[in-house]
Order: sequence, then structure tokens, then C-alpha cells
Amino acid sequence: MMYQQAKYDRRLIMEKDGRSDFDIPFSHALEGLDDLAPANLLRTSLDLPSLPEREVVKHYINLSQMNFSVDNGMYPLGSCTMKFNPKYADVLSALPTVASVHPYQDEDSVQGSLRLMYELERALCEVAGMDAVTLQPAAGAQGEFTGMLLAKAYHAKSGENRTQVVVPDAAHGTNPSSAAMAGYEVIEIPSGQDGCVDLEALKAAISEKTAAFMVTNPNTLGIFESQIREIAKVVHEAGALLYYDGANLNAVMGKTSPGAMDFDIVHFNLHKTFATPHGGGGPGAGPVGVRERLMPFLPVPRVVLRDGKYRWDYDLPDSIGKVRIFYGNFAVLVRAYAYILRQGGDGLQLASERAVLNSNYLKNKLKDVYDLPFKDLRKHEFVISCKRLKEEKGVRALDVGKRLLDYGYHAPTIYFPGLVEEALMIEPTESETKQTLDQFADVMRKIALEDDPEVVRSAPHNTSVHRVDEVFAAKEAILSWRAFKRRAEKG
Amino acid sequence: MKHALEMLEEMGLSSVDQLFEDIPKEVRTNGLRLPNGMSEVEVLREVKSMLSHNLTAEEHPCFLGAGAYNHFVPSAVRTIVSRSEFLTSYTPYQPEISQGMLQALFEYQSYIAELTGLDAVNSSNYDASTALGEAATMCMRLNERKRFLIPEAMNWEKKSVLRNYASGPGIEVVEYSYDPYTGELDLQDLRSKVTPETSGIYVEVPNFFGVIDSHAPALKQEFPDVALVIGANPISLGVLKAPGDYGADICIGEGQVLGVPMNFGGPLLGVFACRQEHVRKMPGRVIGMTRDVDGEKAYCMTLQTREQHIRRSKATSNICTNEALMAVAAAAYLSVLGKEGLENLAKVNIARARKLQKMIGQLEEFDSPYFDAYHFNEFVIRTPIRPEKLNKLLLKKGLIGGLPLQGHVRQLEEHMLLCTTEMHSDEDLDRLVYALKEVQ
Repeated sequence: MMYQQAKYDRRLIMEKDGRSDFDIPFSHALEGLDDLAPANLLRTSLDLPSLPEREVVKHYINLSQMNFSVDNGMYPLGSCTMKFNPKYADVLSALPTVASVHPYQDEDSVQGSLRLMYELERALCEVAGMDAVTLQPAAGAQGEFTGMLLAKAYHAKSGENRTQVVVPDAAHGTNPSSAAMAGYEVIEIPSGQDGCVDLEALKAAISEKTAAFMVTNPNTLGIFESQIREIAKVVHEAGALLYYDGANLNAVMGKTSPGAMDFDIVHFNLHKTFATPHGGGGPGAGPVGVRERLMPFLPVPRVVLRDGKYRWDYDLPDSIGKVRIFYGNFAVLVRAYAYILRQGGDGLQLASERAVLNSNYLKNKLKDVYDLPFKDLRKHEFVISCKRLKEEKGVRALDVGKRLLDYGYHAPTIYFPGLVEEALMIEPTESETKQTLDQFADVMRKIALEDDPEVVRSAPHNTSVHRVDEVFAAKEAILSWRAFKRRAEKG
Repeated sequence: MKHALEMLEEMGLSSVDQLFEDIPKEVRTNGLRLPNGMSEVEVLREVKSMLSHNLTAEEHPCFLGAGAYNHFVPSAVRTIVSRSEFLTSYTPYQPEISQGMLQALFEYQSYIAELTGLDAVNSSNYDASTALGEAATMCMRLNERKRFLIPEAMNWEKKSVLRNYASGPGIEVVEYSYDPYTGELDLQDLRSKVTPETSGIYVEVPNFFGVIDSHAPALKQEFPDVALVIGANPISLGVLKAPGDYGADICIGEGQVLGVPMNFGGPLLGVFACRQEHVRKMPGRVIGMTRDVDGEKAYCMTLQTREQHIRRSKATSNICTNEALMAVAAAAYLSVLGKEGLENLAKVNIARARKLQKMIGQLEEFDSPYFDAYHFNEFVIRTPIRPEKLNKLLLKKGLIGGLPLQGHVRQLEEHMLLCTTEMHSDEDLDRLVYALKEVQ
């Protein structure tokens, strides 16, 4: 069955007109209030719309219906772990005891928040096999940045000046970017014939200059790096640290852990593995776990339990300080904590088992019509190639992704990792039923076998707009209504 | 696991364990040492009960600001950001099926552009502190210099975050002092610190003390070759001049005030805007206006060649996940308030703070406001007893006091930063003043 997305009036809210019915307490008492600010700082014009609440609600609810989400359907976006976001977490994160609490309140008045953070840290330590966790980083990439700062502080403390970070070419883009932001020179090593870390290439790249090697396991092809112990040995013998990109942690909970694999630093993506929603781009949360030898460098404050009370500990002379203001995306942490309670240890392991089962099942149903480079057994995701489709019919990975939209599925991640030509990276997650996977597989096969390739090349047809001109967007760089109007004036 | 066996069979397998046999024995773990799962009702009960040990600003008048603010969140904003289609979507990689989120984010960018007077806005940073860190590195990209000036009068956490962001590229962060009478920046000191190496100057309007700094509008003229970064409270821009109109190259701010609850400090919303000519040097995701193949208006993420997933180690920033949903909240919030609503809100905040300043000023032992200047909704007072001790006494009376300034700014050990907003009733102000009267 085909999908048909809603299509409403698409004028910007700035183009709509009305009269606001919003009321602010005390605004009646503003008569006679003058001398608001230094004269040179007073505003003379403010071009904002005014609309009644009814119009605003209509506008944004209609917009929402022109947006696809996990709650609408399958979202097999590889590496993003778009699993179902349970609704009890919505209830909890909206509680006044979450929403209406100021971060600078006295510790005695926020014992609930502190305890939740303390317990969540302990649960994450168990999942990752780490000794301590900081919940401060706002997102996965910030977790990576934090991890790099920790590596820097750690090596500096031992009097070492290590200037390089090594990453595989298949790494998520944030890895090299985060390392560079922390001031490291980034060395990318090519993947081996099997799509995994090439141990010889790694040995050649690692030296006394290496601060850390960043890797995700399973890797971005969904293949478990079975030589992980050998990798760890090479890295550690050179005095470097091993960093675990937790984006793919959903594949291995309870089966192995970064700690068991001998990693030193780990970041978690709570908005992936721990089922918190992604909000159209964020907020997420990117806690970081470390082994004991890195604990002294963690960001301040640390939450501690002293004499039955939870406290903030700022007294950490070797700490890297802060990576963001306050303590982390607390409302997201509440959701993740609730998810962990609901699942329990067995439930988290079951989630990983289901995710891997779903992924392999789906892969099995697709590997004859699409190509599956490298070995067969995958973890939570797999990467197939549209190379044959492109050669035979001129249909690219992008086109297949766009055509999926017409059937009410989000597209997989496309063109990543770069070592696979015309890549489609598919992660079904544990949330989907066999029936949904079967239907998705049927559609994927149908697209590959489509008689008229033009139908696929010109997709999507059933969405609120058709194929979007991204080149024009980049050329013009119109990022606001104000910029648009200015451009229009110039002609 | 309904269907699991069937699925395994189809793959010619008999057990899920076979799917994990590529994990070497020596790194396997045997399950997780965590409690068993709970039913939904138990989870709700457990977490609610745990959090019931928090005191909330709903029940206890709270006079804290300094980076997170207690403003009213209209019910319509909650309704809008609770929509599954916004809440449970990913970054809009597929624009055709994500026009709703893209347009909402474009509207957010448009609102911020109007407020700041700057045409280019990203669709969010994590918070104001990381936006500042990104602003400092962007200044370096603009003029290839590496000395960044910041006010001494600033939240220490923000300074710490900035130093971490500046450490990678080796940007030198230098503080300029404030005028001890007005709380504004010390112009002589600032002048003495601007060198040919100076890349950017960061000024907050209002500043950490809540002071609306009258020096800000003249700085670009005096230092035309240095990038000017203004840190603004977006609500104050309802009445204050747009930073772009007095030469700001970049404007950042804490967008949490625009319809996002305090959330014990997160998620917040990092506002980031810049001049159009700098757009290709800016960090973060941006939504651009374009058209589809039929020539219909459409939106998509754009200028992605600046970003980590394309440019990797050469990207302008590592940011990937941001605070998009909070940006939607901000757009919805500004839409509900409208032009008059935002102007009035800014005025009410000024008026309420003035009222409280005066009320406390009438107490003999308190110096309020401590700085002689225009304030927005925060101000400093000097207290007769240590602010930490004062806060404990206030808490006993059910009041959440202000922020002790010790540890943030030197030589202000007996000083407290108070914040008041439209959320405080007259009775709340009376209760605070009465409690202060009792302790003196």
C-alpha cells in the first residue's frame, strides 16, 4: 500500500496575520514605565507576527503532519538507532519535579535529581563495564570531545605530549571532527579487505605520538571487530588510549562491553541505545564512561553519596572543568533512567538480541537483490550496495531511499560508510515486528525490481513536496525570512 | 519472543547465540548485573517517588537565574513540542518527508534573525556556554587571530567551557574587568587588552550582573578590525537594540528562556547568529530555503560541506545532535507571544526587577541594587550575612534564594545575584523581602 503525506498551507508564520490574545501578568501596570535602558540600546523596530493562539496551534500541528517520525512508521536510519520511544518517559520528563527545578538550587532541595543521576551513572557503568560515568555532555559528539579532553589531560599528567589521534576511515564523521576540535592531528587508516580495522595499518599508524585510537564496535558496516583484543594490545603497548564510540552499543548489551573489550573511554548516545527521542535533531545526551585511571580528569561536579545525602563534589584538582553549563540534559537522563528500570538487565540484553536478530533477518531477505559486501554475519545494522542497480538501471542509493518514502518508510542512511559504493545502511532496531520487516523487505525488493526505473529516479511522489533542490539551497544560503526579503528587494 | 524461532529458522539457525558467535569468548560478558525489569506502573511510581524529593519553583518562589530562567511556558508550546511527529523524528536528512520540522526550524532561524538583526542563524547549539566556545573558534576562522577577550564578570562555568573549546586550536582567552560602581565593562581595561592579535571581543547584554551595558553599541566603531560577539538574552531583545544593528558579527544567547522549562539545567538552547557574509564559517546545522523539482517552495539542511559528516577533521564544528526540539519550542513560544507579547514581557521583567530592587533597597542592611545601572531581570545585592548562609535560612522559609557570587567573580563574597520574572507574584516578592528583613 502506498503512503500519502498530508499537505497544508505552507506559508511561513511570518506571512500570517491576526491579533495575539496572549496575556502577561503585570503588563497592565506598565503605564508610566519609561527609561527602560540606556538610550543607545533602545530598540526602534521589531518585525514579528501577532496571531491568536488558535492560529499558532493550527500552524504547527499542520506542520507536524508534514513530518515523518518513529511514531509514524519504520525509520531504518543506520547508526542512528531509531527505536521506539516509550511513552511513560514522556510523562516522567514533563513532571514539575523535573521541569520546574533550577540547577543552582541547594543540594538539599534537589535530592531526587541527584539520586537519579547517581543511579543512572551506576547503571551505565554496568552496561559499559566502566568504573565511572559523567552525564554532562549534551550529545554523542560532545561526549567524544569530552573523551578527547580527558585523553589530553591524562597524557599531560604523565608528562607526555601526544599529538595524534587515529581513526578508521569508516568511522562516524564526528570522531575525526571531535579529535581535531580538541587540538589533535587526525590520522585516518584504511579499512582492511574484510571491512574491519587492518591490524597492520593500525600498527603502522600508532606511535609514541598517538594519544588515542577511536573505534566503534560493531563497526559502521555492522560487523563485529573480532580482533578487538589485538587492537587493544597494539594501542595500549604504544601507551595510547582506546576510545569506544557508543553509537552502536545497541548491538551488544549484556553480550560484551567496552570494558570487557579493554576500552578506556566510552561515550553513550542515550537517544539511541536508551530509547530517548531525537526531537528532530536533538536534544540527546552523550554521557562518558572511563576506567579508574581516567577518573580524576572527569568534568566537575561529580555526584557523590556522603552520609546518606547526595552531594556535588567540585574538589577535583585534575578535572578538565566543564564541557557545558550545569550537569547535563537532565530531562533526557530521566527518560533513559526510566527505560533502564523498565527493561532491567535481562530486558536490555533482550533488546540487543532482538536488534541483531531483526537486522540479520532483514539482511537475509535483501541480499539477493542488493549486494552485501564483506562477511554475512552482522550485528544491529548492515550495509548493502546499489552498485548493480546503478549500473543496470541507473538507479542510485539516493533514489532507492527517496522511493522508500513513497511507501511510508524513512530512508536508510545513504552513502555511508564511504568504503561501500552506493551504500544503504539499514538498522531496523528491535522495535519492529516480523510483519513490518517482511513488508519493508517486500517494498525494497519491489523497488529493486521496478520495471520503470524512472519512477524510482524521480521519487518521491507522495510526500508534501517532491525532490528538493539542495544545490540551489547551498548556492543561495537563505537561512531566514529576513534574508529572503533582503534578497527579494535586491531582485 | 514471538516469531523469533521462525525468523531464525528462515536463516537456517537454531539459536540467537549463533548471531553472536563472532564475539570472541575472551571479551564476552554473561548478562548485566542490573535489577529485573519493572512494569510500567512500577516505573512511573518509582521515578515519581524518587523525584518527589525535589523542591520545585512552582511551590517555592525561586530567585535564581544566571543561565537558566523561570519563565512562563504557554500551554500551547507544550502541546506543539509534544507532537510525536516533532518529538520522535530524527535530523531531517530526507527533506521531502520532513518539511514540517524543516519549516519550523526555518521559522526559528527567522525569529532569531529578526531579534538579533543578523541574517544567518543556525538551528541550535547545546546551550549559551558551548555557543560561546564555538563563537571563539569562529572568530579565529574569520581573521586567523587567536586572542579572545571575555568579561571577568561572567559565570565561571561558561568560562570553563570556553577554555575547553579554546584549548584545541590554542586560542588565548583574556579577561577584561568591570567598573566596580556600574557593573558595566571597564572600557580603559578593555582598551588596554585589545592587541593586534585580538580576534574577538565578547560582551554580554545584559551581563552576568543583569546590567544592560551602555558601552556595547560603541565597540564596533572603536575596534572595527576585531570580531564583536554579543551575548544576548533573547527576551530582552523585545526592547533592546538588535546586536546586528550596532555591528555585532556574531550574536549568541541562552534560548531556554523562549518556552523551554529549566529542567534542572538541561536541555537548554544555544542561540547562534552571524552576519550573512560569515555564513560559510559558522558552526552547526542550518536550514535553507529552496524549491522542489516542480518549483514549489521547500526547505532543507544546507551548507553541509562545513559539517563533520562531510568534512570530518576539517569541519567547522563536531556538532551533530543539537537542540532542535527546543528551537521548535522557541518558534512556537515567539509565535504565541507575538510582537506586543514579547515587548511587554521584556518590560514586565524590567519593571518587576526594579520593584524588587527597591523593596530590598529599603532594608537597612542590604545594598540593592549593588550596581548603579540599568538592569534587565537580574541584579546584584550585598547581603549582611554570607549569601550561602542566607540561602539556607530562606530555604527554611520555603524560598529559593539567589546565586552567591563567590566562586564566579572575585571580591564579591558578600554578594548575591537575584532574578525575578513574570512568574513572581506580589506576594512572592513580599515573602522574600519579609524573610530578608527577619535575618538582618
